[in-house]
Amino acid sequence: MVAQNIAFGVIAAVMAVGAVRVVTTRNVFHAALWLVLVLAGAAAQYILLAAEFVAVTQILVYVGAVVVLFLFGTMLTRARIGGESELSSRHWSMGLLTALLLAGTLAGVLIGTFHAEKLPTPAGSTPTQVVSDSIFSTYLIPFWLLSIVLLAALVGAIVLARRD
Amino acid sequence: MLVNEFLLLGAFLFSTGVYGVLVRRNAVLVLMSVELILNAVNINLVAFALRDGGVEGQVFALFVIAVAAAEVGVGLALVLLIYRNRRSIALDELSQMKG
Repeated sequence: MVAQNIAFGVIAAVMAVGAVRVVTTRNVFHAALWLVLVLAGAAAQYILLAAEFVAVTQILVYVGAVVVLFLFGTMLTRARIGGESELSSRHWSMGLLTALLLAGTLAGVLIGTFHAEKLPTPAGSTPTQVVSDSIFSTYLIPFWLLSIVLLAALVGAIVLARRD
Repeated sequence: MLVNEFLLLGAFLFSTGVYGVLVRRNAVLVLMSVELILNAVNINLVAFALRDGGVEGQVFALFVIAVAAAEVGVGLALVLLIYRNRRSIALDELSQMKG
């Protein structure tokens, strides 16, 4: 258990630094690369939480597809690669205040609710079969609806982005 | 491992994402901040799946990942369209619909 705690601490620290850099860096490309770090860290946390299938999906969908979309979006909108000073609003202090208040409230509520409750030690990783059984029986209708959402998003994105 | 370790990490990521959404002027960077928020939620869902010994949390996390992929696709198409029409994706210059 000690090893897992150390692993959690290291990955969480990396994710925290990455997340802060995503919202503060002055270069859109660097922000996308820091985002990769956060997303990969989240996948590692899923493995610590015995959710291997979610971790693999996270890598495939986020690091494999979403970040590539972001990089394409950045390139197509021709953000200057050398760095831009005007990426953040001038009223950043209000945003910081809001975020700090939100973080303080959430942390207070969480600590007050869960105190030092321990997670059960996972007995190996969750078999993918259990996850897929749940998706294709209990959550079959949401799964169908999600397929329609994806199709609609695909068609919508093509309709929006094509030139004519 | 404590439940709160993961929940506090999620809360931090969520707040960071909210800061990014509020402060960033570049539309692509705002979409990245939204991804931070969605990932914070996913960490919570998977942590609760382990805590309660069920698999529902993982299923919900998978659904959230799929919806996030759709969201990014449509969002970037919108950003591209705005850029094509206005030659700029600075969000505070988009004030046409202000009353």
